[in-house]
Amino acid sequence: MQVKELANYTSEIAQKLGIRKYDIYGSSADSTSVQVDRGDPKQVKAANRSTVIVRVWNDDQKVGVTTTTDVDPKGIELALSTAKEASTFGVTEYAPDFSPEATKPLPEVSFERFDPVGVPDLIERLVGAEKEILEAHRAIASVPYNGLSQQDIDRFYLNSEGALREEARTYAALYLYTKTEQEGKKPRSAGSFRMSHGLKTLDVNGCVKEATEKTISHLNYQKIPSGKYRVVFSGEAFLSLLGAFSNLFNAQSILDKQSLSTPDSLGTQIASPLLSVYDDALHPENVGAETFDGEGTPTQRTPLITEGVLSGFLHSTGTAKRLNMKPTGHANIGAKVTVSPHFYHVSAAQPAQEDYTLEDAENVVFIDDLSALHAGVSALQGSFSLPFDGWLVNKGERISVDSATIAGDFRDLLKSIIFVEKELELTPGGVCPRIWVDNLSVTGE
Amino acid sequence: MAASTLLLTKELPTLDYSATTERFDMTWEAPLSTLLGLGRAAGADFVEFFLERVNYISCLAEEDLITSISPKLSTGAGVRVFLGKADCYVSTNDLSFNGLKAALEKALSIMGLSLPSPNAYVPEIYLELLRDYAIAKGKDAWLDECSSIQEMGDILLATSDQLQKKGSHIQSRRAVYFRDWQEVLVAASDGTFARDIRLTQSVGCNLLCADGEHRTSNGLRDGNTSDPDFLRNWNYDHATNNVSEAAGNMLYADYVESGTYPIVMANHFGGVIFHEACGHLLETTQIERQTTPFIDKKGEKIAHENLTAWDEGRSEDAFGTIDMDDEGMPTQRTLLIENGVLKNFISDRAGSMRTGHPRTGSGRRQSYAYAAASRMRNTYIAPGDCSVEDIFNSIEKGIYCKKMGGGSVGPTGEFNFGVDEAYLIENGKVTKPLKGAILIGEAKEIMNKLSMCSQDLSLAPGFCGSISGSIYVTVGQPHIKVDSITVGGR
Repeated sequence: MQVKELANYTSEIAQKLGIRKYDIYGSSADSTSVQVDRGDPKQVKAANRSTVIVRVWNDDQKVGVTTTTDVDPKGIELALSTAKEASTFGVTEYAPDFSPEATKPLPEVSFERFDPVGVPDLIERLVGAEKEILEAHRAIASVPYNGLSQQDIDRFYLNSEGALREEARTYAALYLYTKTEQEGKKPRSAGSFRMSHGLKTLDVNGCVKEATEKTISHLNYQKIPSGKYRVVFSGEAFLSLLGAFSNLFNAQSILDKQSLSTPDSLGTQIASPLLSVYDDALHPENVGAETFDGEGTPTQRTPLITEGVLSGFLHSTGTAKRLNMKPTGHANIGAKVTVSPHFYHVSAAQPAQEDYTLEDAENVVFIDDLSALHAGVSALQGSFSLPFDGWLVNKGERISVDSATIAGDFRDLLKSIIFVEKELELTPGGVCPRIWVDNLSVTGE
Repeated sequence: MAASTLLLTKELPTLDYSATTERFDMTWEAPLSTLLGLGRAAGADFVEFFLERVNYISCLAEEDLITSISPKLSTGAGVRVFLGKADCYVSTNDLSFNGLKAALEKALSIMGLSLPSPNAYVPEIYLELLRDYAIAKGKDAWLDECSSIQEMGDILLATSDQLQKKGSHIQSRRAVYFRDWQEVLVAASDGTFARDIRLTQSVGCNLLCADGEHRTSNGLRDGNTSDPDFLRNWNYDHATNNVSEAAGNMLYADYVESGTYPIVMANHFGGVIFHEACGHLLETTQIERQTTPFIDKKGEKIAHENLTAWDEGRSEDAFGTIDMDDEGMPTQRTLLIENGVLKNFISDRAGSMRTGHPRTGSGRRQSYAYAAASRMRNTYIAPGDCSVEDIFNSIEKGIYCKKMGGGSVGPTGEFNFGVDEAYLIENGKVTKPLKGAILIGEAKEIMNKLSMCSQDLSLAPGFCGSISGSIYVTVGQPHIKVDSITVGGR
C-alpha cells in the first residue's frame, strides 16, 4: 500500500465530500503459512490483504467510523461517506479527538527486516521439526497442530492535519503441539511457540526441544487430591491471568465501570510489594514492537504496578484527557476508542523474606499453562476457575497433573504472592519470571 | 464475454471482462470459468474460487447513550487449489480479473505448478446454471429491509432503560446489536456455481451489579438468520426480565465447592456441552489430525443409549442455518448419533477427500480469509422421554447448570466450560445459587454419562471459533442429566 498516495487521494475525496476533519489507521499484510502432516505438506496459505479504519468528524464535532478492506479511491470514498453518515449518531459527550502527540517524533527503534523465503523452504523446515519431535520418543504419535508462517506488515496512521506515520515489520512464527498415544494411558499433549523477525533468526531448535521435553514430562501423570496448594506460575501462565484481568489498568474500562478498579484506585496497594509490572511496547525482547498506537501517539514504557501499588493506567487520548493525564500510546481507534496492552514486563520489586526453588520445594503445584480463559475467567467479578497443564513438584521431582483446575480471586492472588523469581521468561505477551503464590484452590480428585 | 473452448492463454490480456462489483451475478461466469480453466490447464486437480462481500454494522448502548456505531465494508476472494490430497489457499482483496489471476498464479506456484505457456489452450469449465439461493428465496431485498441506525439506537436505549428499571445495585448496563450481511459466490472446476446471501443478526444485553465485595455480571443474547425484522420484533422486555432476575439471584451467590457431582444441564445454551464434548470430535478435520477418539467408531456405540443428536443447517431462522455451505453444497440434515450409535461425521470437501466420509454441506468459514473446513451448523441433542421433574428427582445432591458460559475441547479430547448461573440441587429441589463453577471432562467418558433427556428441546445462538475462523452456530438440547462430572470451584 502506498500510504502517501492514499493520503493524497483521501484528501481530495474528503474535500469533494465536504469533510474537513478525518483520520485513518490501517495496515496491509503479506503472509504465507504452511502446515505439515507426517512428513507431507498439509495446507499452505498465502494472503495479501489490507484494512483501514476511517474516522470522520462532522460540523458538530461528532465522529462516525467505517472499516473497509477496499483501499482504492472508490473504496475510500464509500468509507468516508459511510463514516460521515454514521457521524450523525456520534456521541456528543467525550467525543474523540486527534491525539496531540500524533506529530511528535517517534522513538528510534531499529528492527531487522527479512525477505520472505520460498514455500518449499518453509515446508522443509517444518517437516524437519516435526520429524525431530516424532523421533524423540516413541509415545509421541503425531504433531497434530503445527504451523510455520512468515509475514510482512505495514501499518500507518494519517490525519487531516498532516500527521503521517508508517512502519514496516517482518515476522516469522512457529508452533508445534504434540499428541501421545500409549496403551492403557490417556493421550497427552504439549506445545511450544516461537516468534522472530524472520526465519533466519527463528529458534526452531528451541521450539522443538521445548515441545519434546514438555511432552515427555507429561507422560507419567496422576490425579492430585483437591485442596489448597502453594502454586508456582510459569511466566506464560501468570501473564495469561494478568492479561485476562487487564481491566485493572485499562482506563477506558475504568471509565465505563467495566473494571475491578476505579479512578481512585491509583496509589492503592493491590498486590504484594514483591511485584512490579510495566507495559513496554519498546521492550528489546518484543518482536512485535510498535512505535505508535492507533491514534498516532508514540508508545512508551508505562508503569502499572510498582512494588504492589497500582501506579498507572493504559490510556488513549480520550481517557487521558478525562482523567487529566497523558496518553500512553495504547489506543485502538474505532467508533469507540479502546485501550489494550502491548507487552508486559513483570519483575521482582523487593527482596523476598525467603527465596524458594522448585528443587527444594515440597508438594507445590507448578502451572505451566492455563487454558479455557474465555470460559473460566469472570473478569468483572475478579474470579477464575481454569484447567491447567502442570506438575506436582516434590524436592525437584515432577509428576504431571491429570485433569485439574485452579480457582481463586485474582485480587487475592496478587496479594498472596510470596516470591517473584529473578530469571525472566520470554513469551509472546511479555517477559515474566515464575511467580509463587500461597493457598490457591486446586480441584483434582 | 463468454469463455471459449478455443481460448489461448496469449489472448487473456485482450479479454474485456466486466463483472459487476455491486453484486455477484451471471457476469462472473465467464471470468471465473476462464480462471478455473487456467488452473486446470496448469495441472491442478481441483480449483475453487470463493468471493465475498460483507456489509456489517454493530451498535452499542451504554447506560443512556449510544456510544458506538461501527460499519464495516469488506470484499475479498480466496482461491483453493488441490493437487492430489494436498491443497493451498490464497486470499486477496483484489476482485479484478487480474487480481484473481494473480492469486491463482500464486496458489499454483506454491503447489509447484505454473500458468500454461502463451499458446496453450485454456479448457472451458462448464459451470452449472447459477444456483442462486438469494433470488430463489427473495434475499436481495434483505439489506434494505433491516432496521435503520435510528431504529437500532432506539431499541437498544429502550433495552438499557428497562435494565435500569428492573435491576438493583447496578454498576453498568449495556445493550448490543450487530447485523452481518454477507453475499457469497462459489465457482469450482467441478462445475459448482452458486450464490447466496446470508443475514445474521444478534442482539443482547448485559448487567454488571456490585454491592461491596459481591459482584455479578449477567447477560443474554438472541440471534437470527434470515429475518430482516428480527430486531424490530425482539422482545426486550422478556430479555431484560431474564437478565435482571439472574443478576439478582447471583449477586450474593456462594462459590461452588469443587468435587464430582451429578448435574442437570438446562436446555437452550446447555447444548454447548455436546458441541464441545462431542460435536468438534465428529468433524473430519479432527479425523485428519487424528485428534478424535471416534475415528474408527462409525456404527459403534459411543454414547448412552438414550442419546440421539443432529447437526443440520435447515432449521428456520436458527443461528447456524445456511442454504448452502461455503463450498456451494446445499446444506443437509445430518444424523450424528442415534440411540448412542455413531452414524455420521461432519465433512467438507477436503475432509471427504482425505477421510472418505461423504460431504454433508458443512464446509464453512468466517470469511474469504479462510479456506473452508468441516464445521458444525445447528447441533443439538434430540428430545427424550423423561420429564424435567424426573431428572431433578433422580438427584439427591448435585448442581443445576442453568446458564452455561463458553467452553473448549483440546487435542486430547478433554473439554471444559464455565457455568454462568448455577444452583445447588438438594433432594431433587433447586436451592441456593452458586458461582465460579467450571465443568471438566473427557469426551469419551462423558458421552456415556448423558443418561436422561427431557422433552423440552430448545436452541440457542452461539459463536464457534476453530480452524476456519469464527462462525455462527446453534447449540441446543432438552434438559439433560450427566451422572457425574468434575466441577472445578473453590
